Amino acid sequence: MTQLALVIDLNVCVGCHACVTSCKEWNTSGSAGYLTDENPYEKDPTGTFFNRVQSFEIGEYPKTETVHFPKSCLHCEDPPCVPVCPTGASYKRLEDGIVLVDFDKCIGCRYCSWACPYGAREIDEQQKVMKKCTLCVDRLYDESLPESERKPACVLACPTSARLFGDVHDPESVVSVAIREEGGYALMPEWGTKPANHYLPRRKIRKPIHEDELQRADNPLNKEQRKPRAPVDEPTLDDSTSW
Amino acid sequence: MNPAFSVIFLTTLIGVGQGMFLAMYTGHAYSALNILPFETSASFYGVGSMIALVFLVGGLIASFFHLGRPERAWRSAARWRTSWLSREVIVLPLFMGLVGIYAILTYFSWWDLSVYQSASGSNLQLSLVIGVMATLASFALFICTGMIYACIKFLQEWASPLTVINYTLLGVASGFVLATTFSSYAAPELTQFYAVWAAIITFAAMLTRIASLYRNARIKFKSTIQTAIGIRHTKIKQKAMGFMAGSVNTRDFFHNQSQIFIKNMKWIFLTLVFPLPLILLWVGVTYSSSGILIFAFVVQYIGLIAERWFFFAQANHPQNLYYQTI
Repeated sequence: MTQLALVIDLNVCVGCHACVTSCKEWNTSGSAGYLTDENPYEKDPTGTFFNRVQSFEIGEYPKTETVHFPKSCLHCEDPPCVPVCPTGASYKRLEDGIVLVDFDKCIGCRYCSWACPYGAREIDEQQKVMKKCTLCVDRLYDESLPESERKPACVLACPTSARLFGDVHDPESVVSVAIREEGGYALMPEWGTKPANHYLPRRKIRKPIHEDELQRADNPLNKEQRKPRAPVDEPTLDDSTSW
Repeated sequence: MNPAFSVIFLTTLIGVGQGMFLAMYTGHAYSALNILPFETSASFYGVGSMIALVFLVGGLIASFFHLGRPERAWRSAARWRTSWLSREVIVLPLFMGLVGIYAILTYFSWWDLSVYQSASGSNLQLSLVIGVMATLASFALFICTGMIYACIKFLQEWASPLTVINYTLLGVASGFVLATTFSSYAAPELTQFYAVWAAIITFAAMLTRIASLYRNARIKFKSTIQTAIGIRHTKIKQKAMGFMAGSVNTRDFFHNQSQIFIKNMKWIFLTLVFPLPLILLWVGVTYSSSGILIFAFVVQYIGLIAERWFFFAQANHPQNLYYQTI
């Protein structure tokens, strides 16, 4: 069975919010209708977003690191928001594991947003229905798009390729390999929601170099001496064509 | 959580309605078993159940204010297999229907058929049978209402059997206090019976509510900022939530009140729901004063609104870990 998901590399994310704006742009102009923004240019603006980039400071000054943390719906394999829905508007697609809301069935009771520990669901204050990340389901299967663009808008927007997209149930997919080989982890594992989206941790690549490695001990030139050079007093053709 | 007044009124009003019906049926059953003198003005149980129905309808109306799309509310009965909210949506009208039938049968007692007559001549009335069904529906409704909150396991303040027990006992207590008030007008000989039950249940509710406060004061939260972002470090501080404007995440899940306000609310509800109504019941029954008994009910109901407000405000949603600072 397919389970589409994002893998977000915190080692690479620079916190530029390109995924946020790209997500908002695509989803506010998509087939499912706009994403409400209220008072966008006035006091107390507010709006509906599917994706946010948050920043955390790890450690204590001066030994700190800033981690930029993109957060969207994790498309849990056991989503706690789905069974609580009284109307069946919230559902998890069998064919690709995407958790969606049927806007025409949603009564806007907000119970699913209470039942999501990650705060991934936001009610649209004008349309009064619950909205959430769709993993750009309206791009993934759109054959009018070139195949390279059949990916979530956030993935296409990321300038550092911090967002990978694929099927986490296929062990050879790019996301599965990344999770397996780069230490991918899930958020709040304590609730057994089994999020499909994973995060790759910050990782330092350190190469220990010994002093004797700085000087090549078995350098043949030490024995064989340098190549003989042509006399340098006059320019030669060889000077300008070779090094 | 940010307490929503629609839900506060829904849960407290149907609690009163359920408790009031249970009080009426308790009186009816006692008299059927000849423990209490039979209430000859048979309309007592009928009128009392009608009052219960008024509270239930009030709660139902309040619930619609919580919905973004109330015109689609009928859809919410669909997922009764998985959703406690859906189950509540089914049980509430079912219970209201049974209370309505019970009210009609007891008010117009000549409609009340005898379904069984024993050799000794005692009758089993149809209203008693309907009453048993309504009683079961009433407790089912308490379970549904409580489980809506108790089943969300990461809202650790709610995820406890005490949530269901408190919803039940507080609802029944307020209903019995209302029944005491009502009987002081309609059937003064029953006032003491209802007052004693109201006091016992209020006292029991006090014990379980304090037990839940005790439990919640000692919760160790499973979710921390470390598990929320998956970084193993003892010192993590959020520096930006990614936006400066508000969102549903910053409005629905934060009560935005000071710790002192919360603490005061706790003491206000602890006073208004338990000791004050107990004293007023005692005074009201001793001096046979209906006015004081009405006051007892009003005080306890206001206290219950404070109690429900506190219940919501006290719950810490793990999503708040992601929204610590702008």
